Amino acid sequence: MNKKIFSVAELNGLIKKMMDSSPVLSRVYVRGELSNYKIYPSGHHYFTIKDTEAALRCVMFRREASTLRFRPENGMKVIASGRVSVYPRDGQYQLYCTGITPDGIGDLHIAYEQLKKKLQEEGLFDREKKKQIPRYPERIAIITSPVGAAVRDMIRVLGKRFPIAKLIILPVRVQGAEAPPEICGAIRYANAHKIADVIITGRGGGSIEDLWAFNDERVARAIYESEIPVISAVGHEPDVTISDFVADLRAATPSNAAELAVPDRVELAEMLRSTDIRLAKALKRQLEACRERLNSLKENRVLKSPLYYIQDRRMLVDFTQEKLISLASGLVHNKKAGFIRLTAALDAMSPLKVLARGYSIVQKEDGTLVKRACDVENGERLKIKLSEGNIACRVTE
Amino acid sequence: MSFEESMARLDEIVQLLEKGDAPLESALELFEEGTGLVAKCGKLLDSAEARIVKLMKGKDGKPEELQFDDEE
Repeated sequence: MNKKIFSVAELNGLIKKMMDSSPVLSRVYVRGELSNYKIYPSGHHYFTIKDTEAALRCVMFRREASTLRFRPENGMKVIASGRVSVYPRDGQYQLYCTGITPDGIGDLHIAYEQLKKKLQEEGLFDREKKKQIPRYPERIAIITSPVGAAVRDMIRVLGKRFPIAKLIILPVRVQGAEAPPEICGAIRYANAHKIADVIITGRGGGSIEDLWAFNDERVARAIYESEIPVISAVGHEPDVTISDFVADLRAATPSNAAELAVPDRVELAEMLRSTDIRLAKALKRQLEACRERLNSLKENRVLKSPLYYIQDRRMLVDFTQEKLISLASGLVHNKKAGFIRLTAALDAMSPLKVLARGYSIVQKEDGTLVKRACDVENGERLKIKLSEGNIACRVTE
Repeated sequence: MSFEESMARLDEIVQLLEKGDAPLESALELFEEGTGLVAKCGKLLDSAEARIVKLMKGKDGKPEELQFDDEE
């Protein structure tokens, strides 16, 4: 019996040859769920694709992995494509994956949802960060494709509504890989040179792939960082892109953007007309108010007949004068009465009065008053003062 | 004064006059200024013609403003 005995390498090599030559295995599509997804520093992706019954090891090398339009995550249901072969060194067969697409929903939709979530969490969509669009912008930068209906519509509507505004077109590509850098560059340029009061950026309708530039993270960040307010106008009403969330104002269509950016001159003219009327009315009201004040002042008694005023005053003077006089005379009378009383009292005590009643004052030679008989000696000379005249005498007893 | 500034000043004047407590002389002055602004803004709106330019990188690499033609 002759058995061929292989070395391990030979057997693995044989298996590899068989697999590599199978047309089926060189291009397969397999549906399953991602698990154990790991991206190595080398950039290669290693993962397992499985379903309820089986699992298959996969590898996606860096070059193929860079074409992924979304970030694969464990649990995602996908369709992986590639070839199945065996790695002879360890005898493991695996899928050498060249592409992964989400099963059921498009990969672009997934990328859109992922970026939207990421930027929302960073706060790029926050209401408070949004800037006010100026009411009467005099310079408007339009960043869009120079050809096509979008730019034509915007120019037409802007020109009709508010021709005062100068329109500055910054032509860019609006789809394809070169679009995001061009759009970002235009936004940054507009800011760096302050060429406008407001920016409108966008494009006409298309598929999600066509609009993809406005879902690009770089464009979203450029819009967020713009100090000039940005109006985003991408596609039609139901199309919502990441730019729409980040922008300071979202327009459903490019024409709508023109309506939001500027007021309508017909409405403005009407407003100016009514302002004219308001000014005239206000002035008229003020003049009438002044006139009324003047009239009511004129009617006042005092101004009408100055005589009344004087008469009133004159009466007051008279009353006051009378009062003064009566007060004064009253005062004098009181004082006089007091004075008379005092003089009478004083008078009563006057020594002259006493003398007149027959009393006399007896004095010694030196003027001392003699009040008691024992105060004098026999023979002493004395003076007697009478009410009329004096008597000089000598004491005899 | 830009259009925006003129409109803002006009708003201010209307508020002041409608409040009614400005002295008569200033009221008259404000009225004059107001009607002047109304006329100026109205004229601007009626007579303005849209100016459209295209900003492109010139031959020397510096951006330049060109006439915008409706390309198809």
